[in-house]
Amino acid sequence: MPSIVFTSALQRHVDCPADTVAATTLRAALEAYFARHEKTRAYVLDEQGALRHHVVVFVDGVQVRDRAALDESVGPGAEIYVMQALSGG
Amino acid sequence: MSDRLFVSTRKGLFSMVRDGTWWTIERVSFVGDAVSLSMFDARDGSLYAALGLGHFGVKMRRSRDLGATWEDLAAPGFPKQPEGPVETLPDGKPWPWRVEQVWALEAGGRPGELWCGTIGGGLFRSRDAGGSWHLVETLWNHPKRKEWFGGGADLPGIHSVLVDPRDARVVRIGVSCGGAWRTEDGGETWTLSSKGMFAEYMPPQRRDDESIQDPHRIVQSPSRPDRLWTQHHNGVFRSDDGGRNWVCIPNVVPAVFGFAVAVHPTEPDTAWLVPAIKDDQRVPVDARVVVARTRDAGATWQPLTRGLPQTHAYDIVFRHALDVDDTGSRLAMGSTTGSLWTSDDGGDAWTCVSNHLPPIYAVRFARG
Repeated sequence: MPSIVFTSALQRHVDCPADTVAATTLRAALEAYFARHEKTRAYVLDEQGALRHHVVVFVDGVQVRDRAALDESVGPGAEIYVMQALSGG
Repeated sequence: MSDRLFVSTRKGLFSMVRDGTWWTIERVSFVGDAVSLSMFDARDGSLYAALGLGHFGVKMRRSRDLGATWEDLAAPGFPKQPEGPVETLPDGKPWPWRVEQVWALEAGGRPGELWCGTIGGGLFRSRDAGGSWHLVETLWNHPKRKEWFGGGADLPGIHSVLVDPRDARVVRIGVSCGGAWRTEDGGETWTLSSKGMFAEYMPPQRRDDESIQDPHRIVQSPSRPDRLWTQHHNGVFRSDDGGRNWVCIPNVVPAVFGFAVAVHPTEPDTAWLVPAIKDDQRVPVDARVVVARTRDAGATWQPLTRGLPQTHAYDIVFRHALDVDDTGSRLAMGSTTGSLWTSDDGGDAWTCVSNHLPPIYAVRFARG
C-alpha cells in the first residue's frame, strides 16, 4: 500500500504520523489519510481542495504538478512525501 | 485602566500585564508563528488568536484561561467554488475563493456571535463562538464586491468590522480596497457607505467611486456611534452620520497618510493617528515617530513625540497596532521594527516597553 509521510515542520502543528493507505490515486490516498487524521486536512489542502500554495508533494521523488486535481496514479508501493515549499520561507 | 494587553506579532502572541508601573511579558504563545491579530471577548473571557502559518494556512485558536492553554477552532473558509470560469480581479488576475489572512475579528450582538473579516475578501460569521464559520453570502454576492482589489496584498481584505453599540444588527465594515459598507438588518442587505471618500491616486473617472476606496482602518466612537473615523490611503475622513457621508480632514500633522486610527471611548472629538510619508516611502516623516491627536474633531492636531524616537526611526504602525483602553487615557502602539510603546496620559508621553519584539501586527487591550 502507498505510504504517506509528512514533514516534521507540520508535525509541530498537528499530529500527522506516517501511515499507509489503500489507494490508487494521490487524491484517494490523501482522502484516505484524512479520513483517519481529519485535522491534518486543513493544513495540507485549502478550502477548494487544492494543495496549499506553499505545500509541495512528492510521489516517489517526483514533484506533483497538478496541484488542484491531485489525480495522478500512485503505485502499490508508492512513497508520498508532503513537505513545506521553500517558496513559503 | 486596562492592565492586560495582547500583542500579535510575526513570531507569536505576547501577553503583557501591567505589574505596578511596568509592563511585563507574562506569556508568549505560538512562538515562531505569525499571529495576525487577537481578540479578547469580555462576554465570556475567551481569548481568540488568528494564526497565519506560512505553509499551512490560516488557523484559529481560543483560550479560556488568557493564553495558558489553547484549543483548535475551525478557521473561516470559503465554500467550494462553483464549476465554471475562474473568478478574476478587476485586473484579470485570478481571485481564488481562499482565506489568506484573518484581518478583523469582533464580537457580535448575540451570545457566541463573532464577525471575521479576511484577506481574500470574505466576511464570515460564527454563531457558536468560533466553532463554525459561514461566509456572509449577501455581501460576497453583491455585484459591487467584484470591483474590489488588493491593497498591500494580492487580494482585497476586510480589516474593520464595527458592530453598532446601539443595535447589533447595524454593522459597518472597511475594505482595502473596496470602500466602507454597512448593513442595518444583521447582514441581510449591504449598502456602500463611502460617499465623500476620494482617491487622488486613481484615474479621475474613478476618484470618487465608492466601491474602490481604500480605507486603511475605520473606527467608531463608542459614545457617539454615528461618529466614524477613517485613516484612508488618500488621507483622513470623518463621518458624523454613521458612514453615509464622509468629509476630508486635510490638516493632520505631520502627514495625512498612515494606517492606524483610534478614537476615544467617551470623547468622540478625540482621535489618534500615526502619520507617515505616503506611498513612495512609507517611513515616518523625517524618521521621527509621531502620534497625531485631535481633541476638536479634526479641526486641529497636536503632534505627540515625548518618549518616542526622534532620530533615524523607521517604524511603521500597522492598521491594527494602535489601541486605546476603556478610559481613553491608556494607549498602546506597536511597530514594524518590534517596538512597543504605551501611554497613560492620552498620548502626551510615551514609554517604550520593548524595542526587540518581532514585527508587530496588532495590539489589543483586554476590555470589559
